[in-house]
Amino acid sequence: MPLKLDIVTVERLVYSEDVDMVIAPGIEGQLGILPRHAPLLTALTYGELRVKRGGEEESFAIGGGFMEVQPDRVTVLADTAERAEEIDLERAQAARRRAEEHLERQLQNKVDFARSEAALRRSLIRIKLGEARRRRGGRRTETPKPGVRTPSE
Amino acid sequence: MTNVREIKRRIRSVKNIAQVTKAMQMVAASKMRRAQEQVLATRPYSAKAWEVLTHLAAQRGNRQEMHPLLTRRDPIQTTGILLITSDKGLCGAYNGNVIRTALHFMRDLGHPTRLITVGRRGREFMIRHGGNIIAEFSDLPPRPSLLDITPIAHTAIDDFLKGEFDEVYLVYTDFINTLTQQPTVRRLLPITPGQAESSVMREYMSDAPLHATGEYIYEPAPQAILDAVLPRFTELQIYQAILEALASEHSARMVAMRNATENANELIGDLTLSFYRARQEAITKEMLDIAGGAEALVSARA
Repeated sequence: MPLKLDIVTVERLVYSEDVDMVIAPGIEGQLGILPRHAPLLTALTYGELRVKRGGEEESFAIGGGFMEVQPDRVTVLADTAERAEEIDLERAQAARRRAEEHLERQLQNKVDFARSEAALRRSLIRIKLGEARRRRGGRRTETPKPGVRTPSE
Repeated sequence: MTNVREIKRRIRSVKNIAQVTKAMQMVAASKMRRAQEQVLATRPYSAKAWEVLTHLAAQRGNRQEMHPLLTRRDPIQTTGILLITSDKGLCGAYNGNVIRTALHFMRDLGHPTRLITVGRRGREFMIRHGGNIIAEFSDLPPRPSLLDITPIAHTAIDDFLKGEFDEVYLVYTDFINTLTQQPTVRRLLPITPGQAESSVMREYMSDAPLHATGEYIYEPAPQAILDAVLPRFTELQIYQAILEALASEHSARMVAMRNATENANELIGDLTLSFYRARQEAITKEMLDIAGGAEALVSARA
């Protein structure tokens, strides 16, 4: 039984495919979703969302959001989401430097601080994914072992 | 002679009108393109968010106590209506259609309504016709962001929670394509299972029936996540409705202005024809006069 995965952001439909497994950055830790998982609604945090499909793996940089799990489908409503291939590494590094500068200057202002912090986290996850991709030459082969949950009946 | 001059003047004024409507058509067309792109881009997210909301509402067990935004009230004494129209006119039947839809809906409800209007046209109409307006929003930026509509969403959600009304409906215009826009009435609050989505969202919804699943697992705790998800996704529905309305408005205006330009050009053609005819008539008459005069002279001399 395949798992229908939809990843959407306010700007676009990022991904819509039948997949074998989803590993998502849940707010209380990473979680792996296999078909026939119990219904679940969780907040997502900044991080990497991995998708396994027919022996291949794809990565997405997720900037927070929500995920709904039904036994046969997963819907990710992300604040931002992009495929590892789409990440512009230089731009992400520039964004990181900018965010760090802002953080140093704005320690007083709470709102600006939170905004800069969010920008920094987004750029960090993009850099991580982008660099990992560059090292691998764009293909992931090893199978990582996250804390996979056993699906319920 | 006066006839010829008059026709000439009319041609000139119709030409001016055609120029103005042509310019407005161009402006509307470019705004329309941007608005259409925006509405199509956010549609998948809104549709999925709506799906999650209805799944949440379908949770068995003590749904009623889960969250006030999911709680149905009985009896319903007052209905809140969020009416979305445009600020400006000259867009054909766009505002008329959505306002008529709202009026029919309000009449069929048969109990008092309170209105939140977005857009000047709807507000003015409702003021003239004794609608009970509790809040109005106009002059939204041409490309509203989610932040711009937060106050609208807060008004609707807060007044629902305070009991100003027992349910909230959205009345707006769904954008189908440049030539077709569909006035739509959709319930926003309380969120109920199996609630009809708008036709334009349907293509992004999974058609598989919802499994008779047990309770959701919530991470973090149910209360925390419902507090985060429900207001936010409700707000998103209002945002989507406003984007649909904007794309519809600009499309309706573009089509209205194109028709106006076509009509003006047709009128110019007709008037030009009458102008030539009138001029020819005047010349013929003059020649007849001259010929007649010459004839008279000749016959007088004889």
